[in-house]
Amino acid sequence: MSFESFSDFLAMGKHGLYVWSAYGICFTVLAINVLAPVFARRRYLQQEARRLRRESIT
Amino acid sequence: MNTSAKAKGGMSWAWFHKLGSPKWFYGISGRLLPWLSIAAALLIGIGVVWGLAFAPPDYQQGNSFRIIYIHVPAAMLAQSCYVMMAVCGVVGLVWKMKMADVALQCAAPIGAWMTALGLVTGAIWGKPTWGSWWVWDARLTSMLILLFLYFGLIALGNAITNRDSAAKACAVLAIVGVINIPIIKYSVEWWSTLHQGATFSLTEKPAMPAEMWLPLLFTVLGFYCFFGAVLLMRMRLDVLKREARAGWVKEAVAKHLGHTASPRHGAER
Repeated sequence: MSFESFSDFLAMGKHGLYVWSAYGICFTVLAINVLAPVFARRRYLQQEARRLRRESIT
Repeated sequence: MNTSAKAKGGMSWAWFHKLGSPKWFYGISGRLLPWLSIAAALLIGIGVVWGLAFAPPDYQQGNSFRIIYIHVPAAMLAQSCYVMMAVCGVVGLVWKMKMADVALQCAAPIGAWMTALGLVTGAIWGKPTWGSWWVWDARLTSMLILLFLYFGLIALGNAITNRDSAAKACAVLAIVGVINIPIIKYSVEWWSTLHQGATFSLTEKPAMPAEMWLPLLFTVLGFYCFFGAVLLMRMRLDVLKREARAGWVKEAVAKHLGHTASPRHGAER
């Protein structure tokens, strides 16, 4: 561990704001890239399910 | 002997034709995806914790240098992604391989996100290090051009409704734009710049100690696995949509729906 305490770790010297905002943005971007295809796939499958149901009725 | 040579030739190209088959791709990517996702989560997790909490601070920059563990992987991936798209462009144009077009268009948004992430984390790192969020420096400017190339590719793919024309136009733009990649790479050597070289070190000090670059290796590998995973996710959906009329896709969709929709379907009756 390169920090004395947890508050030291959060402070990151005097660069806490820079380091944590960069990591925050990074994980937001990674999460968007995971969730976008997951939701797109779910949406498409629901749409297909509706279409199949419509076709099975007619 | 002639026939055996022929068979051999056929064998060695079989993988290439398989690669072009959406059905084969869908099967193999489904098996690959969990492993890529696990590898990405583990590598990024270990690398980030190691880099944030255990790596020693830089003797000049202090703790702001810890941004390197996300900045470098994002910037590397942004460029690798573009090169991959240019290769897909060549394969798509020369061999008319459908899956190459799918890969090209699915990779563009991921590449754009990674380029933006590289630029933003770079700006946040630049403020305490150079005293400025942004400078019109060769490396930064060429990365900004890369971002615009990605935007251009996404816009082009969306603007052309004919699938083959869109694929062709995107392939040409991807191939032409790849000239920007060596410019990014050598920008720090050709022009005087604030941006440090590929040695990772701001000064002429020898290579960084292992406890500093090992976490970087983890996050770089992790980002590549992440890219593989999210690219496969996008491509798999694209294949389902493109091949919607194919029998195997109908079967696959029915199988996916079997878990979610059909119990409700049954209850309605």
